[in-house]
Amino acid sequence: MGERTLELEVLRYNPETDSEPRFQRYTVTCREEWVVLDALNHIKETIDPTLTYRWSCHMAVCGSCGMMINKEPKLACKAFIRSYKGVVRVEPLAHFPIERDLVTVIDDFMDKLKRVRPYLIPKQVKAVADGEYLQTPAELNKFKQYSMCINCMLCYAACPEYGLIPKYVGPAAIALAHRYNQDSRDGGRDQRQQEIAATEGAWECSFVGACSEVCPEHVDPAGAIQQVKIKSTVDWYTEHLMPWLKK
Amino acid sequence: MAISNKPIVWGPFAAGGTLTAFLTPVLILLTLLAALGHAPDLLAYDRLQAFAGHWLAKLAIAGTVFLSLWSAAHRLRITCCDLGIRADILVATIVYAVALAGTGASVLYLLRI
Amino acid sequence: MAEEMSRKPYVREMTSEWIFRHPRYVRYMTREFSCLFIGAWTLMLVCALARLSEGPEAWAAFLAGLKSPLIVAFHVVALAFAVYHSVTWFNLTPKALPLQLGEQFVPDGVISGAHFGAWAVLSIAILYLAGAF
Repeated sequence: MGERTLELEVLRYNPETDSEPRFQRYTVTCREEWVVLDALNHIKETIDPTLTYRWSCHMAVCGSCGMMINKEPKLACKAFIRSYKGVVRVEPLAHFPIERDLVTVIDDFMDKLKRVRPYLIPKQVKAVADGEYLQTPAELNKFKQYSMCINCMLCYAACPEYGLIPKYVGPAAIALAHRYNQDSRDGGRDQRQQEIAATEGAWECSFVGACSEVCPEHVDPAGAIQQVKIKSTVDWYTEHLMPWLKK
Repeated sequence: MAISNKPIVWGPFAAGGTLTAFLTPVLILLTLLAALGHAPDLLAYDRLQAFAGHWLAKLAIAGTVFLSLWSAAHRLRITCCDLGIRADILVATIVYAVALAGTGASVLYLLRI
Repeated sequence: MAEEMSRKPYVREMTSEWIFRHPRYVRYMTREFSCLFIGAWTLMLVCALARLSEGPEAWAAFLAGLKSPLIVAFHVVALAFAVYHSVTWFNLTPKALPLQLGEQFVPDGVISGAHFGAWAVLSIAILYLAGAF
């Protein structure tokens, strides 16, 4: 495998000196098999140590290195430079405030993750002496794909509704709530409904489906959100048209 | 945050979206044939009047008009949001009013057939 | 080191350019715009009901009024958008209504396929019953 000269245009922003972001171009000699993260690391190590960005595992499991590469949300460690021709534009993940360079402010996302109560709230708490919560493979499959989220926030960057309505709880958080709602060991759906069936919950989604398209783990948050909408709608009409029915 | 009442507007939207997905293309095809001068037999006055005279057909037609207009209205409301129009309450009022007016009108006409 | 950093997060403005950021957003807006044509055609249906209720002469005038190139063009465009709505709707149905049989889920293609099949049967049946062929 040989070398390739790559032109990278990276959005820079220094909160201590800049009033707004600006693009900076780097010419990097890369190996053909590199990913964009390798190019960024090479820039930081040999050209510009001030370039700031998040990364960790370099194998698409930690979710740290999400950024816009040619206007598409991608994990930098999964964006092979051989897929790109010409100048490659690297920007921080869309729809998040920029902290510095490619680092975004993710407080809003972290807050939303907490709000959906992403933990088992058992219907009946079992004493340890009573043994484990048993689950069949079928019951596992009901929620397994929604448990694969690595919190990389590519879905939030892809979602135009989140960009237009920052209060929107968003794909990953709703998919995570759905993961617990679908878990046979859980009994906390009513509590999570306060967040995901609120106006800023699933109802801001218009099923663009971009979230599921960019998700590196194939969680399909779009599907999860539609299922939340349908269940919430059935609940609402049942409650209002047949209030005598107990849950 | 409180549980939203969005299902009031979303339920008919989802039902209407499903109905129009199954039904609207073939119905457009029928009137397209009429526009091309090959009106299908059902669109002859006597046959259509007989068909729409039946109370079950009236119910079905009114339901189809309501769900079709409502789902189109709701989608248009969302599209306006997507295009950056922030006056959501105003847009919603207008689109749903048109849907309900169209439904009301169709009920009146159906009662006269 | 307890030196305080001065934070000044920069919020990027959200404009409508997102629609053109990727073909999937153009396809989404196209799907959404189908509502204009489905809505317009349905309003035409309401007009048709009005003419039908006024008697045979009014109905004949309505049918005659349909026979214009502009109306034909509208129908062709409306039909294209309506079909696009149907195709996108049925392709998305399995995501909203997954069906678990045993341990596995019924493949998306089966659920969509069943909808497309029903759509085809229903459409042909209506065309036949309406005397279109």
